[in-house]
Amino acid sequence: MENTARVKSEEMVGRIDGRLMKNKVIKGIFLAATVFTSIILIVLLYRIISQGAPYLSWDFFQNFASRRPEQAGIKAAVIGTLWMMSVVIPTAAILGVGTAIYLEEYAKKNALTRWIQMNISNLAGVPSVVFGLLGLTIFVRVFGFGNSILAAGFTMALLVLPVVIVAAQEAIRAVPKELKEASFGLGATKWQTIYRVVLPYAIPGIATGSILAFSRAIGETAPLIVVGIPTFVAFLPSGYLDSFTALPMQIYNWTSRPQIEFHNLAAAGIIILLGVLILMNSIAVWIRNRYQAR
Amino acid sequence: MALTAVNTKKSSQPVQNEEQFVYNTKNLNLWYGEHHALKNINLGIKEKEVTAIIGPSGCGKSTYIKTLNRMIDLVPGVKTNGQIEYRGRDIFSKEFLVEELRTRVGMVFQKPNPFPKSIYENIAFGLKIHGIKNKQIITETVEKSLRGAALWDEVKDRIHEPAYGLSGGQQQRLCIARCLALEPDVILMDEPTSALDPVSTLKVEELIQELKEKYSIIIVTHNMQQAARISDKTAFFLNGEVVEFDSTDTIFNSPADSRTDDYISGRFG
Repeated sequence: MENTARVKSEEMVGRIDGRLMKNKVIKGIFLAATVFTSIILIVLLYRIISQGAPYLSWDFFQNFASRRPEQAGIKAAVIGTLWMMSVVIPTAAILGVGTAIYLEEYAKKNALTRWIQMNISNLAGVPSVVFGLLGLTIFVRVFGFGNSILAAGFTMALLVLPVVIVAAQEAIRAVPKELKEASFGLGATKWQTIYRVVLPYAIPGIATGSILAFSRAIGETAPLIVVGIPTFVAFLPSGYLDSFTALPMQIYNWTSRPQIEFHNLAAAGIIILLGVLILMNSIAVWIRNRYQAR
Repeated sequence: MALTAVNTKKSSQPVQNEEQFVYNTKNLNLWYGEHHALKNINLGIKEKEVTAIIGPSGCGKSTYIKTLNRMIDLVPGVKTNGQIEYRGRDIFSKEFLVEELRTRVGMVFQKPNPFPKSIYENIAFGLKIHGIKNKQIITETVEKSLRGAALWDEVKDRIHEPAYGLSGGQQQRLCIARCLALEPDVILMDEPTSALDPVSTLKVEELIQELKEKYSIIIVTHNMQQAARISDKTAFFLNGEVVEFDSTDTIFNSPADSRTDDYISGRFG
């Protein structure tokens, strides 16, 4: 009996070298994947920056688009994007967080809510061009907003809404139930508990998820094309029903021109866009870190 | 008006005037879905005493105490049958708002659960949700509650610092102070010291002895020695039933039911 036990133990020890080797190899594979991804990212950034950086001048920001590349600028696109986001952010935030609060705190867990939940998750994966079609039909035609900031803003808000809802739901769900119990135990109503305990705790998670959703809205081009946002605009909007252009549209327009200078300008525009995205993501990370330290 | 005897043949209950009861439970049954968790509970709890509820895991003691302030409402799929009266008022009736019940009956939970706010704001929370905005009243109540929970001296120089910076025992006393701010009538405690170290446990037990002069306390504990140390009356729960309910002295020294005797002497549980 003792001999077989010792043989088994020797066998097991003998295997260890092989297992450790396999461990090393797999670690190497994961490292290679990471390096590969990083290289692609670096090459991409390098190409964009080397192509576009020379064109980042003060004039670039001050000028409108033009047929002449030397005079073309990004002013209308940047301002237009800002106008559009001023519609997207409040709309998506209010509708999204409201829906999340309702689904998590008020709705009964039954087949209907499960069906709603499934639809929301599916909508997050629908191609953005489909939202463009939706926006074209409802906001541009039926509501009669035309190809304005309002139409584009609402369309983009719908596009990012599922992501905001899911992010907010996750954040609300993460609130420890002991805190809610403490609140109810003191005689608080449901709304008081949500307002004073759940939301403050969930805000960092909601903010982080929302900012990531909004950064998607800034970069999407397809819905804007379908809604009919022009690519050549030489004025600044003065109202929400005005026509406008946005950064992605401007970039798209410049890349489809034959002249090389326009391609370089597009690269410069992309740098701006990336800069805005990095800024937004940094804000999201900052919010998350600040509130996690609590 | 004497209380009629309880259903089980072996259990005993001190015969008392019903009007003296701060909580009177009559034929309470409770189901979690199909599971019959509380079976025909009859229990009359006197005011300004410490009543302990003991019993092995799963016997229904936590379920029972959560029913007293209707925290059980937060659990889906629960059905109840029977009556619980708080000072003569049916707590399940539509006229008796659950928010009012929970204002008069406070609860301290097993794991300390202060809000992620300052010590001051934790205690002010209860007052603010009841519409009290006067800063002076709030500040005075905060001090009074912290003194009442024997915590004031330890935190008076840092009441605006986060509650999470306190030790476990201090956090639990903060939770008690949070309850006291609403000047409750009854304080329910669901295994309040099971997550605390022995020194903190002793401090909380001493506090309970002080508190019983002003408040009625019902404490669930799986620690029999604790029940013997601090309570005036003890109820022994087993499998969802009240096996015996009597003065602590009787339960621990001369229990009427053999099951009580077996549990007390550690033969099971």
